[in-house]
Amino acid sequence: MAQVEAGGPMLDAAGVPLKVSLARAERRNRMRALGLVLPLLAFILITFVYPIALMVFRGVDNPTVSEFLPETAEMLRAWDGEGLPEDAVFASMAREFAKASKERTLGKVATRLNYELSGSRSLVTKSGRNLRRLKTEPTKADLVALDKRWNQPETWSVLKRLAEPYTLSYYLAAIDKTYNVDGAIVDQPESRQIYVALFLRTLWVSLLITALCVLLAYPIAYLMAILPTKTSNLLMILVLLPFWTSLLVRTSSWIVLLQTEGVLNDILVWTGIIGDDGRIQMIYNMTGTVVAMVHILLPFMVLPLFSVMKTISPTYMRAAKSLGATPARAFWTVYFPQTVPGIGAGSILVFILAIGYYITPALVGGRTGQLISNFIAYHMQQSLNWGLAAALGGILLAGVLALYWIYNRLVGIDNMKLG
Amino acid sequence: MNRMMKYTGAAVVALSAAAYAAGPAAAADALTVVSWGGAYTKSQVEAYHKPYTAKTGTKINSEDYNGGLAQVRAQVEAGNVTWNLVDVELSDAVRGCDEGILEPIDHSILPAAPDGTAAADDFLPNTLTECSVGTIVWSTVFAFDASKYPDAKPTEIADLFDTEKFPGKRGLRKNPKVNLEWALMADGVPLEQVYEVLGTPEGVDRAFAKLDTIKDDVIWWEAGAQPPQMLADGEVSIASAYNGRLFNAIFTEKKPFEIIWDGQVWDLDLWVIPKGAKNMEATLDFVKFSTDTQRLADQSKWISYGPVRQSSFPLVADDVKPHMPTAPENFKAALQNDFEFWADNADELNERFAAWLAK
Repeated sequence: MAQVEAGGPMLDAAGVPLKVSLARAERRNRMRALGLVLPLLAFILITFVYPIALMVFRGVDNPTVSEFLPETAEMLRAWDGEGLPEDAVFASMAREFAKASKERTLGKVATRLNYELSGSRSLVTKSGRNLRRLKTEPTKADLVALDKRWNQPETWSVLKRLAEPYTLSYYLAAIDKTYNVDGAIVDQPESRQIYVALFLRTLWVSLLITALCVLLAYPIAYLMAILPTKTSNLLMILVLLPFWTSLLVRTSSWIVLLQTEGVLNDILVWTGIIGDDGRIQMIYNMTGTVVAMVHILLPFMVLPLFSVMKTISPTYMRAAKSLGATPARAFWTVYFPQTVPGIGAGSILVFILAIGYYITPALVGGRTGQLISNFIAYHMQQSLNWGLAAALGGILLAGVLALYWIYNRLVGIDNMKLG
Repeated sequence: MNRMMKYTGAAVVALSAAAYAAGPAAAADALTVVSWGGAYTKSQVEAYHKPYTAKTGTKINSEDYNGGLAQVRAQVEAGNVTWNLVDVELSDAVRGCDEGILEPIDHSILPAAPDGTAAADDFLPNTLTECSVGTIVWSTVFAFDASKYPDAKPTEIADLFDTEKFPGKRGLRKNPKVNLEWALMADGVPLEQVYEVLGTPEGVDRAFAKLDTIKDDVIWWEAGAQPPQMLADGEVSIASAYNGRLFNAIFTEKKPFEIIWDGQVWDLDLWVIPKGAKNMEATLDFVKFSTDTQRLADQSKWISYGPVRQSSFPLVADDVKPHMPTAPENFKAALQNDFEFWADNADELNERFAAWLAK
């Protein structure tokens, strides 16, 4: 290696080819850079990617029956699902019911079964309690004697589905579908259909809020961009003050303003525009949700728009006008296209925040102003049906990603500017 | 740079060591008792917590929640139980026990009544369950703003659904519970048959059809503190509410509301202990203390919920007695919330109720 022939690789002082030593130095730099971002990367993995993956998984996970009635679950999986299973399955279930009831795990099975078969929670817990009290080993006869539903194929076909380790039933429920007795996928009865309409409503309301935000924010941002610094700073504070104020305070002030006995209605009655019995319902409905959400999300539109407009030199407009364009033409052909990245950034911020918004619709949405996130929260906190909550969340996530993809195709994500 | 890192690291270690040392020590001294907030939590703090701290020196942290088992379940499943004692409704006490997220409580530890009656006989029937100890009887009733109805006043459950005779917005809880029962009562179903009828698909249809008649006149509430506020604001003229909250608004805040006891749906509140809660001994000691005859009677000074011990009734002040859900004249047309019916049907009826609301 000491001897170098003409035309051979260039060597550094230590005699290593320059290319290799350069690559080494670069690798070291890369490793150092990676080391610096590693904490953040780990943070994102642990707090963002992992919980989301877990949530999506919970939407199909179906462990209850296999975990708490393991033998019966295995026998059910082997069963062909026609009519009623063999006597041995009944006996095994009776045995495991008694055992699970003693260990206080049967309630979980009961809850899971009740999601699929309304009214079966007490069937399971009661059967468990009765079987537990028996002096002898529980048998098929004991189980069937407790309730006639144990002799019906419907109950067993649901149980067979629950014995599988994974299930589609949460995702089906999230799009208003269900399994019938034969295991075919059918629509929910009409009185229980709710989620598809809610998804569409959430989508439509978020689009409406985004559009309203663009309309309202554009003039403000423009004014802030062209006014002298002193005045525009004042405007900026006016935009930021609500931004810094607690969300709950702002939402409650809307209640004070808009309720039927509120400030706005009082003024309308006082000026005689409406009669005292003709007070307008402006809150606890969709109007309330839209008004309060537009107000709360407006700064997310103003700020990116402003930062983009600030960089547009006023000389472009002057040049366009001096070339003979009318103010409107100059605006549409010269100014507006330059602000599109700001509109894009603001819109995507506002839209994504709006589609997952929860607290404001909960407070001012009343009956008709509820969005899908309110139902996800409901299933997380009230009904404890975390599987359904996960499925609804998974669909929402997929929807947002799909919209993001469409947006990228139409507008281009590079064509977006936050400042 | 290196030195700075070292110091920061040392500081972090020292801080976390301090936090670790302080954590268990604080937990050993204090109990975290969780309840529904507002006037109700205040009554518990005055009647149970303060006297207990005065007697034993054990500090009690009072936390608020909005009911349900979600937080208990999350704590138990995560293996990090920070609550010692939770105030829940009967349906949740039974369901939580079945699901194994609550500790069984041995009722023989509860103190006997002053006259020697054993606790098991002193407590009202069904107020002691495997994992819980009852404290109060509360009730969902409806009330109206008397200033809105100077002539004829609403008197019975059917008036709640009669917007022609009694115009004005209604405030109802955003939950099928109680509303469906009331709808059937107003539709002429006798009290004792309400749950039987509601157990059939036709009965559910009938209840929803009755609710349909006032759907456009209802403003829905979720937290117990809301309906008195909505009545006070004039947002609604008639509202369903928990009787203790109304008592508080009428007698403490002097609001012109009147309670209608016809068709009241009563329920229990009970103490439960999340599975794996720390400091069991002190927690059980507090349970014993707070459910003795005197303490349950004391609570009625602060809120008009009925004590679950028979020996507490005579100790309740005379001016509060007529406002108890269990007072004889209020109890004439009273229905007990059927926790088993709701345990079975809540999943389906909640969905149907939500679908009905959204339409």
